[in-house]
Parts: sequence; C-alpha cells; structure tokens
Amino acid sequence: MTWWNRLLRRKQMEEQLEKELRFHLEQHTADLIARGYDPSEARRQARLALGGPAQVKEECRDARGTRWLEDLWQDLRYALRTLRQKPGFAAVALATLALGIGATTLMFTVINGVVLKPLPYREPDRLVKLQEKTDFSTQWGDLWAFTYPNFIDCKSGSRSLDLGAWRYGGGTVSGSGSAEYVDSREVSADLFPLLGVTPIQGRAFRPDEDRLGTPPVVIISYGLWQRLYGGNAAVIGMPLVFDEKSYTIVGIAPASFRLGDEADVFTLLGQDTSPRMQNREAHGVQVWARLRPGAKLAQPQAELTLIGRQLAEQYPKSNKGRTFIAEPLRPDVGDVRSTLWLLLGAVSLVLLIACVNVASLLLARAVSRERELAMRVALGAGRGRLVRQCLTESAVLGLSGGLLGILLASAGIRPFVTYWPGSLPRVEEVHLDWHVLLFALAASLASGLLFGLAPALRAPARELEQTLRAGARTLAGSSRRMHSGFVISEIALAVVLLVSAGMLGRMLLRLSSLHPGLNIQNVLTARTALSPATLTNPAQIRTAWDDILDRARSVPGVQSIATVDTVPLREGNNQIGYRTSPDAQPDNQQPLVLASSVSPDYLKVMGIPLRQGRFFDQHDRMDSEPVVVIDDVMAQEAFRGQEPLGKHLWIGLGTDPLRVVGVVGHVRYWGPAGDDQARVRAQLYYPFAQVPDKLLRRWSELMSIAVRTSTEPLSVIEPLRRAVRGATGDQVLHEVQTLDRLASDSLARQRFLLLLFSVFASLALMLACIGIYGVLAYLTSQRVPEIGVRIALGATARDVVGLVIRQSFGMIFLGVGVGIAGAWAAGRVLMRLVEGMQSTEPLSFAIMIPVLVIAALFASFVPARRASRVDPVKALRQE
Amino acid sequence: MDLPQGTLDLLILKVVALGPVHGYAIAQRLQQVSRDVVQVPQGSLYPALHRLENRGLLAADWKETETGREAKFYHLTRKGRAQLDTETESWRKLAEAVGLILKMSEGGAE
Repeated sequence: MTWWNRLLRRKQMEEQLEKELRFHLEQHTADLIARGYDPSEARRQARLALGGPAQVKEECRDARGTRWLEDLWQDLRYALRTLRQKPGFAAVALATLALGIGATTLMFTVINGVVLKPLPYREPDRLVKLQEKTDFSTQWGDLWAFTYPNFIDCKSGSRSLDLGAWRYGGGTVSGSGSAEYVDSREVSADLFPLLGVTPIQGRAFRPDEDRLGTPPVVIISYGLWQRLYGGNAAVIGMPLVFDEKSYTIVGIAPASFRLGDEADVFTLLGQDTSPRMQNREAHGVQVWARLRPGAKLAQPQAELTLIGRQLAEQYPKSNKGRTFIAEPLRPDVGDVRSTLWLLLGAVSLVLLIACVNVASLLLARAVSRERELAMRVALGAGRGRLVRQCLTESAVLGLSGGLLGILLASAGIRPFVTYWPGSLPRVEEVHLDWHVLLFALAASLASGLLFGLAPALRAPARELEQTLRAGARTLAGSSRRMHSGFVISEIALAVVLLVSAGMLGRMLLRLSSLHPGLNIQNVLTARTALSPATLTNPAQIRTAWDDILDRARSVPGVQSIATVDTVPLREGNNQIGYRTSPDAQPDNQQPLVLASSVSPDYLKVMGIPLRQGRFFDQHDRMDSEPVVVIDDVMAQEAFRGQEPLGKHLWIGLGTDPLRVVGVVGHVRYWGPAGDDQARVRAQLYYPFAQVPDKLLRRWSELMSIAVRTSTEPLSVIEPLRRAVRGATGDQVLHEVQTLDRLASDSLARQRFLLLLFSVFASLALMLACIGIYGVLAYLTSQRVPEIGVRIALGATARDVVGLVIRQSFGMIFLGVGVGIAGAWAAGRVLMRLVEGMQSTEPLSFAIMIPVLVIAALFASFVPARRASRVDPVKALRQE
Repeated sequence: MDLPQGTLDLLILKVVALGPVHGYAIAQRLQQVSRDVVQVPQGSLYPALHRLENRGLLAADWKETETGREAKFYHLTRKGRAQLDTETESWRKLAEAVGLILKMSEGGAE
C-alpha cells in the first residue's frame, strides 16, 4: 500500500486497528474463562496483558511511518477550520498577502523575461560576443564593434570558435504597391545556423552565396511576409526590391526571431558592395560566436589575442594596439534593467509591510490563544508539535495568498507591459513560466515563515500553570514589545516608500518646469528616405532635398520646413571632437560637441532664439566659406567669455577652419531629465549645403525633416506624406512624431516610476495604518481593566485618549526616525538609477512625513476613543 | 526472560512462516513453543506486526477463524521469507560464535 493510499484510507485503517485489538482481547478473555477464570477477572487479566489500548494504538500508528503526513493533514484541516472561524481576519490577511505577492510576482515576471532569461537561441550559454579592444581609450571607451575585414580574419584564424556577424541597416522596400521603410540586418551566411535558427519556409543562406558577384538573395521576417504577401507560401523565389536592388526571396524567418531588435529584411554581408566592407577602419559589425564542442572561454581568448597581434603587425595603420576579446553573450536591455530592479525593490518593501501586518494580526491571535495552547501542552502536546502547527497555519495563509497573488499577477502582466513607457526590450519573452511560479511559491513560503515565526515561537513551554491560572487579560511585556516592533518597522517602511514617491514627484515637477530651449508646439518631425535611385549621385541628392522642401512648403498648414540630421529629444546624435586652434593635435582627448547639419529655416521651425550674429541662408554653399553656428553653452565652453563671432573652429580630423557666424540658445537635446547631467552638452550647427559630396549619401540616409505647422500637426501628416512621395513614389516618411510627443516621451520613464511609486506608497500607507489600528486596538483591549481602574480613580476621557495616543506616538516617532535614514539611503539609490534625479530633495521629507504622521495618529485615535468610553464597573467586573 | 533487542521480529517471522495466523495466535504460540520462557509483551506485539507489514515483510487479510469470527491473518511475503532466511542464518552464526566463546572460557580454566 502506498503512503498516499494509506493516508486516504486512514479512517478504514483506524477501524481495522480497533477491530484487531478487540479481537485479541476477546479471544484472550474467552481463553481465560475456559481455563476457569471468573469473566470479569478474565477481562481484567486480558487488558493487563495487552497494556493501555490507546498507547498500543498510538505505537501502531507510529509504526506505519506516515505519521508526519497524518499530522500535517491534521494541522492543515485545523488551520483551515481556524481560518474559517474568523472570516474577517482571513479576508484581510489574504487580501494583504495577495496584493503583496501579486505585485512582487508581476515585477519578477517582467525581470525574468527581460533580464534573466537567456537569449532565445540554441544553447545560449555556449554563445560569446566578440569585440575589438584598443590599448588606448577615446571618449567612447576602448571597446569597438568589428570591421568586416577583421571579422573575416578572425573567422579563418580561430579553431575553437564558429563566428557569425551581422550589422544594423534599413531601407525602402518598394515594387509591390506602396513603398515602405523597414529595418534590416546584414548577416553572414553562417549566423542563422550558428544561432540554431531555421527559416519556417524556404531555406537559410548558403555559405557560397556570401560573397560578391552572386545573385542577391534575401530572407524576410514573418511580419513582412504577412504584411506584404498575406502569408502566401508561393513567395519563395519571388523578387523583392530593397533599396533599388532586386533580391530573390529564399526564406521566411520564424516569427519569434530577433537580432538585436526586430527587423524585416535579412541580406548577406558578403553581397554588400559598399566600400566600407573593404575598409579596416569602418567599424559597426557585430560578431557573435559559438564555442566549439569541448572549448572553454579561455581558449578562444588566447587565440584571439594572437590573431590580434598578427593583424597589428600586418596592418599597423588600422590595427596597431588593437586586439579582440570574447565575453559571454548577454541580452542587451540598456537602462531598463536598473529601472526594473528598482521597482522590484519597491514592491518588496510593500510585501514586507504586508508580512509585518499579517504577523501582528497573527500574534494578536496567538496571544489570545495562549490558554488554549497551554492546555494542549498540559494534555501532552510537544512544543515542536505546536510550533509546527502554528507554522502550518501561516504556510496555509501564505500559500493561499500566493495563489491569489499569482492570479493577480497573471491578470496584470499584459496591462503592465502595455503601459510601459516606450518599448520594453524583449517584451515577447515576458510571461508566467515555471521560474515565476517557483519564485511566487518561494515568496509565499518565505512570507509565511516570516509572519508565522514570531507567533509560533510564542508557543508556551514554561510556566504552564501560571498561564492556565491567569485570566486571559494578562499581557506579557515581550509580546507588547514585539507588537511595537511591528508597528515601528511598518512605519519605517512606509516612510521609505512615501518619501521616495515624494522625491520622484518633486523631481518630475522640477523637470517639467524646465524650458526645453525650443518651441515644442506644432512641430512635426519625420525621418525621410530619399528615393533609392537618387542616392548614387551627389548633385541628384541635393536637388532631391530641395525638391522635398519645395513640395512640403506647398502643403496647406505648413508654415516652415527644414532638414536636420539629428532631432533633439529623439534617439540618435552625432558627437564630434573640436579644437579652437589649428595647432592643437586632433587626439582622443578633444572636447566633444553635438553637431547637426541643418537647412536655413531650422531656427524658425524649432523656435530656437538667436542670441548673436546670424543663422545660415541660401548664400552658404559648397563654394562659399564654411560657417558654423554654436549655442551659448559651447560659446562659454570653447571661448570662455571672449566674443565668439568671427572665431574659427576645427572639427574632427578636418584641417579647414570653420568660422563662427552666430550664437543661438541652448536646446535641451537630451530631454529635460538627461540634459543637465549629459556628458556632451555643447551644440553646433552647420549648413547641410556645405556637407562634402563624399559624405552626402550617408548623411542623406540619416536625414529627417522638421515642419512647423499653423494647424494641428497630426492633420498635416497625410498630405505631407503624399507631397514628398516624389515622382517615383518611393520617397517615404517614417518615425513621424510631434516634438511635443517626443518631449513628453522623454519624461515617460520618470512619470511611470512616479505612478508606480505612488501606488506602492499609498498601499504602504494604507497597510501601515491598518497595522497601527489593529495593534493599538488589540493592545488597548488588553488594557481595558487597567483603564477601568484609572477611570474609577478619576481619570478623564481626555487622560485615557492621551494615554493611548502617547503610546502610539512613541512608536510613530521611532518608526519615522528609522524611516528617514532608510529614505535617505533610498534617495541615494534613486539618484544613481533615475535619470534627472539630482538630489535627495529634502523638501519631500518635509512634505511626506507629516502625511504619514497624521494618518497614523488618525488610525490610533479610533482605539483611543473607544478606550476612553470604557465603563469602569463593567471593566472591573470582567477581571 | 526478556527478549534481546531485535529478536522479536525474527520470532514473529518464524511463527508466521508456519502458515497464516492472527495476532492473538502468534502471542499464544510464542509462549507455548518457548515453554513460557519467553514473555512476549503483548503491547509491543502489535506495533511490531504493523512495522513488519509496513516494511513489506508481512501481508495481511481479513479471514474467518474456526469459530466464525473475523480476524486479521498475517502471512509471509516473498521478501519476508528471504528476510527470515538471512536473519535465521545470522542468528545461528551469532549463537554458534557466542557458544564457542563461552566454551573457550570454560576450557581456559582447565
């Protein structure tokens, strides 16, 4: 019989045991009578021989070996029964725990998906990422993306690694109806097999295709396949026009496939005809590799160092001081990681408060059950047994709370992810899985243990008769201290959350009131892709841009329009080093400036104030003197109070002087939150018309237009789109945004944090108040006889209220003291993790702490009033 | 005479090996066969039976006795028989060895 079988048939087994022993007794009695004993004497003898029946039965039960399970079963039923007896208590405790565990589980689900889960490739722990490393550091550090020739050499030189490479790209898909700008990736042929990714239709790239002069082939994403072809399988073998080049579609990537991010078009690196593929100084290739079977990470590292040294000798110009390093490939989620951990930390505080709350409720119950427990000890229950029973009760509470919490989390996870500001990286990985369930289970059990331990350890052991003899009204000092400890820690935790929320609120208020340096109303920005056909010829490119500006100007509602390569508040920037004298060497330590190439109307479109001199006009052309306009931050940084107009600057590696012709206001390029702390704040504008021919194509690929409208900017989008489409119909706008929206998005993360912290802080405040109320109500009810005596001796209602309030005031005072220290530490953490947080905002302490004190006093006022109404006669009779 | 530690199990196995038998009969038989030398505390007989059943050495069925009453009859399982054999063997060896030692000390006095 298996153990669970035995457990299920417990009742039957008990009956059989009873029957077996009865049979023995009766048989023995009968034998004795047969031998001539008197019947009653025979029965007595038989009983004596067998021993106490209860004892024998107990030993038989022990012999079954399922005793602990039976006890557990008994404890479980007992726990459920006691919980059912006090539905109010059970409901409060369960709701508190469900909220705490639910919120924590939800945060963990997100962290698990975004940060902890390995990349969704085959055997991700065998994948490594390769980077170039120099023995000198520039402003961007000493790690570099690969160049294609270096990748090829490492690939052929490594014995312990299989290398694959890819790079970001983008372009216009045209030919089938309307043109569309899509993100693309150039990959090496071996990347897909390396990652263990197989196309769901068609085939992967073949290694022999990964070189120049082969027929162009493309793999498209599942999304593009659905969008353009409605998921038609006949698409394999059909042509796709991507940036003017015709490819043959050979495969469809799986829907879940991501490379850095989502992309719609995959082409081969080896089929790329651009000169950068031959250039050992053109970085930007990502190199991933898989360790060959049996290889450890140290082995390829030695190999790569060796290859690096050989290449440095062979190509000193580009590769001197340059080597290669390998490190485990990890998902790159940027600063989302720290935000998520911050939120998990905050949520854990809420859970902690919830636990303390339930603990104090349980403790109050344990104290009132003291006599019951003492009675059970007197009847022979072991102390361990009682502790086990108490813990079983709290585990039942914890697990039921956890179950509800998991339900809450699973219901809340989609809305949470949807409301995440901007795009949450790896969002497709976020869902409940067994990791999350395990976490929730552990959190529930840990909470159960945490809040169950204090009451459990109170299980009486000594001074039994005293407990039994004493009335239920006595209250040991230790339990009062423990209760106060609970209240103090609850208040302290609530202070931390409240003040943190206050700090975030103050910060957001401050950031929102900052002037962005430009007029964000009624401005539309959009990346613009020229018709791929025009990109080959510089003269054509210039004409195309003029044409776009002309066409856009004629759209009704458009006031002014300009081209710009880097839009403030949006992702992407161009940092470049500058010098103020021709003699200074262009080295890696030059100061950096944000450089934007713009057309003459840029200032008018953006509403940036001109401080001195002039901005660009039609006369600043390729054949005229190169000019720049700087902002007042750069004027200060570069010329330190001297008159900047007419001064010259040297940019990057260039040797031609650029004359400063104007100074404009500083723009909070990095957004209100980031700008003050940004590493590079100086700004510089140069005319797009003076961008040299050889850079024109690259610049055009990055170019955006900015439009100031006289009407609602969103209403202009469609006419604008139609107007710029051009003669060939394949000039497309993408990433269309209003500047207003960009500005508000730049604070979205902070707003989201504030929202969540406010929710957590309110929860914490509510829980803490419930806790204070519960504990004080309990403590006062235990003191009713004493209060009765006081009233009988002449204490007024006022005195009694004062007595209770004084008690709670002491706890609040201590709690706030501890909380302030905690909040200060939390403020330091926020300063490190939240962009735009510059101080611990002392004012938020001054605002939030009174809120808590008032709420806490209010919560203690109710029990105090009740105490003041104690009828002394009744109270004394109760004793 | 009290039973040495652990021998009760062996004795029970031996008695049950003779055929299906109920608890009271086991107690009776132990007493008769040992000519009342061995006093089996009846209180520890049943826990021992349940323990052996739990270990899978004994199995039990409810059957009618000659007098028409229902009783729990124990019989040996295959595992129980093997256990009985090994324990009998080791008991015999132990007894022999103890006997030899005792004889030697007698001989030593010669």
